[in-house]
Formats: sequence, C-alpha cells, structure tokens
Amino acid sequence: MAEQERTQRSSDRTGAKTDHDEIETAGSAEEIGERIDDLLDEIDTVLEENAEEFVKNYVQKGGQ
Amino acid sequence: MALRKVLGTETEFGITVLNQAGFNPVVASSAVVNAYAGNRSRIRWSFDEESPGRDLRGRGAVDSPTIDSDTALVNTVLTNGARFYVDHAHPEYSSPECTDPRSAALYDKAGEWVLVEAMATAQELLGPNERMVIHKNNTDGKGNSYGFHENYLIARSIPFDAIVTQLTAFFVTRQIFTGSGKVGSENGRPPVDYQITQRADFFEEEVGLETTLKRPIINTRDEPHADPARYRRLHVIIGDANRSEIQTFLKLGTTALVLDAIEDGALNDAIELADPVNDVWSVSHDPTLRYSMETVGHGRLTALEIQAEYLQVVREYARARGVDPIWVEVLDEWETILIDLERDPLSTADRLDWTAKLRVLEAYRTRDGLSWDHPKLRLLDLQYHDIDPRRGLYQRLVDRGAMRRLFNDEEIESAVAEPPEDTRAYFRGICVRRYPDELVAANWDSLVFDIGEETLKRVPMMEPLRGTRSLVATMLDASPTAATMIRALGGNDG
Repeated sequence: MAEQERTQRSSDRTGAKTDHDEIETAGSAEEIGERIDDLLDEIDTVLEENAEEFVKNYVQKGGQ
Repeated sequence: MALRKVLGTETEFGITVLNQAGFNPVVASSAVVNAYAGNRSRIRWSFDEESPGRDLRGRGAVDSPTIDSDTALVNTVLTNGARFYVDHAHPEYSSPECTDPRSAALYDKAGEWVLVEAMATAQELLGPNERMVIHKNNTDGKGNSYGFHENYLIARSIPFDAIVTQLTAFFVTRQIFTGSGKVGSENGRPPVDYQITQRADFFEEEVGLETTLKRPIINTRDEPHADPARYRRLHVIIGDANRSEIQTFLKLGTTALVLDAIEDGALNDAIELADPVNDVWSVSHDPTLRYSMETVGHGRLTALEIQAEYLQVVREYARARGVDPIWVEVLDEWETILIDLERDPLSTADRLDWTAKLRVLEAYRTRDGLSWDHPKLRLLDLQYHDIDPRRGLYQRLVDRGAMRRLFNDEEIESAVAEPPEDTRAYFRGICVRRYPDELVAANWDSLVFDIGEETLKRVPMMEPLRGTRSLVATMLDASPTAATMIRALGGNDG
C-alpha cells in the first residue's frame, strides 16, 4: 500500500489525473496475473499479422 | 546564478508503408508533413542562422552539410511554435522553446498527436492495401538509428571542459531511467537478450561533432539559435525518445537541474568515469542494474550509486539556491525512481518505457514459451512505439490504466494548437496563426514577412525569453496585419 500512496501523492503533485493510478498497484498476485493475461489477449488482437515479415522489412536509413 | 533554462526536444520518427511496392521514406515523410500543412500555411524554413557544423569547443566551423533543396522545402511551422519537417528520410517534430520540464514534456507529447493527425491524412492518399505506420522509436534493429535530441540553453561563459567532465557520468548513468528498452543488440556490440535503451549501442566517442556516425556522448554542435556571445545551446543526442510522459519529464528535468548545478559550480567534484564509452552500452546491457563501472578515484560504482550521488549534490544545490516548485517535483520524482529501481526495476513499469515493455515481453515469453530471438518479441518491441492509438502497445497500456500520465487529453490538445506563453515561441506561433499569408519564412531566431513592399521584412528574435505573451500580446492584438505589427515593432527585437 505504501507504493500506492506514493504513486497517488506524486500524481497529486504533478497535477495529473489520478483515477488510473490504483489499477496496477493494488490487488493480489492472482489479480495482477489475470490482468496481464487479459492484456496479452488484447495485444494479440492488434499485433501486426506476420511478425517475421514485418520485422524483416522494417529498415530505417538516414537518421541522426 | 544559472541561466533560466530554455529547453526543447527534437524527434525523428520511424516511418514505413506496408504493402507498397517501391516504398520511399523521403516521399512518405514528405507526404506526412504536407498532409498536415494542408490548409495551414506552408512556411519556408530560412537557413540564415543555421550552422550545424559549428563546434561548441570553439575550434571553428567545419564544412556545413549541404541543404537538400527538395527536402528543405518540405517544412511547416505550427501555431504552437513547433517546426514540423522532413529531415533526410524521417518526419521530424521540433518542439517550441519551453522554460520548464513539464511544459517541454507536454509539447513533446503534442508532437505525437501532430503525427497521428498527419498520418491519418496522408493515409487517405495511399492505395487500398497500403498502410502507413509511424513509430516514435530510435532504431530499426538492424544497425540504423535515428535521433531524439534534447536542447538546453546554457551560458556561453561556462568552460566547455567543465560540461564534459561533470556531465558525462550523468549521461552514462541516467540511462536507467531514460531508456525505452530494446530486444537484442546492434552495431557490433556483444549479444544481449534485452537492454535498457534504444540508442546506447551507437555511441562510440566521448566528445564530438558527429550525429550520424561515431556518435559522441557529448555532442559539440554549436548552434545557439540565439545571441552567440551570451549563449550556448547544448545539443544532447544520447537520449531515447520516450512514450511515457513522466519519463520525458524526468529526463529533461534532471538534466536541466544538473546543468544549473554545473553552471553555478556545485558539481566541480563530480564523479568521472575511466571508460565512459564502454560504460554506455554496458549499463544499457544490464537490466538488473548491477553493472559497476570504474571511476577516477572512487573505485567501481553502479549507475544507481552514481545517480544517487548526483541527486544528493543537486538537491543540496537546489535547496541553497531556492527553486520553483516544478523543480522540487523533479527532485522528488528522481529520488522515487531511484529507490524503486533499486528495490525492483519492474516496480517502475507504470512510469518507464523500458520496464513497461520488459514486463509485456516477459509475460509473452512465459505464455507462449518464446525465446528472446523470436520475431514476435521483436515485433512487440517495435509496436510498443507505434503512434497509432489503436495499435501502439504503449497506448494500450495507458488506456488500461497501467501507466501513469502527467497530462490529460485536453491539455495535449491545447498544446497542439497554442504556443508556450513564456518564450519567443509565443510570438512565432501567434504570427503563424494571425498572419499566414504574409509570413513567408521562419526559423528559430527570426521571422520573415512579405508585406507588399519592395523588400521582405525580417524580424529577429535573438533572445529566447523575449517575444513572450506578456511582452507582445497587446501589440499583436492591436495589429490586424503583419504590416501594422512590423510598424508597431518599429524595427526592434520583439
């Protein structure tokens, strides 16, 4: 809980929205595990289809 | 007393178009910038005061790179005072000048929103199966890196050697909270599964003028975009582009405070490293943060220990000098991040890109039994940085409440349109909005107007802290045209 309080305080100081802060810092290990599984499922739906081809073709020249 | 800091960021974005035969990054980048410029005014960039070949060490100018006239024309200046243009083969957003790290981080984030809108418009011109993808990252994973640069206005009077000796260890070790994370290594560095930063593998010199090869920890480009007798503008090329708002705030805020402390002589006893170039990638290659580096006279220290030393000195300096509350926030966030990184790096996954990304990658590895060289992990690494809010993994994490934010959407939306009020970016941005037809060219330190007379009228802005809302708003409000504004200025610096 100390972590949660600190996060909350920091957010108050910097004037950010605080409604998101509790989500990742509260809850049991099982709940956190479920949230991660849920997150991976969500990422699966947006991930580019052909990983190998996407990575292979991604070339960025001419940068500083 | 240290100068009031003027700071900003410059981001080169990665760009590709899927399913497009003959994809050309220069053409695609031009399409993005022109799409955004659209109905807004297309303002040429004036290169009068540009001198990327000038060296901060005072060794005289080397040959400046030639300006490619084709890409030099793909340029726009935004109503928020930023520059949005094509730099070689990348769209680049250079933020307006700001005076504090919160504002600078906000305008950096606003740049992402500019790119999202520009990409959506450019996408409409593509073929049915073609799709544009833009990343705010720094490497293609194949040895090609592109920059995220920070800039800080500092006093010309500080000896450059002092900057090099007092800042190098800070830059090498701040990576533990400035990194955006990367799968694997590049540029001939030893193999590694996952490392803290995108850029570390590309740094090969301690000090130098180069930005595209043999990149130096301290870049000496001497282009103050301001009165060169009074100012240097430290051009920092060693940072990663961050998606996390709090991370950009930390990176800019801690660096500005360290520069203040150097200017005021508080860091004269700063730790020096025996082999900083080797330490850059060695720190980055150890996500456990246990790597220790040889110092000059202090034995071996870890990045966390060196950062704690900088924090202590800078906190004492700030307390003695007295600083605005925003800088106390920087110090508090800095202290908290060091404590959390020491306790458990993954406990910072709500604030730092490299730990947020690592947590997702580890979860995938566990679920799917993937080895670190699996293409899917490389794809996840890339897609973390995708600016498309639907596809980018950073944004997915934010939307789930898994990452702390500094800004709400309304603030960012406002920063896309409105300039900061406390620098010359205010004058630039308001002129872009109010006199779009008469403003024909711009750069950081001047605007050029065509008011229908025989010669063009150039308004110099050599002082970054003038041209502010409090100094020019009344005059601008009373000037319906650029001609009346220039008469009101009477030829003086705004």
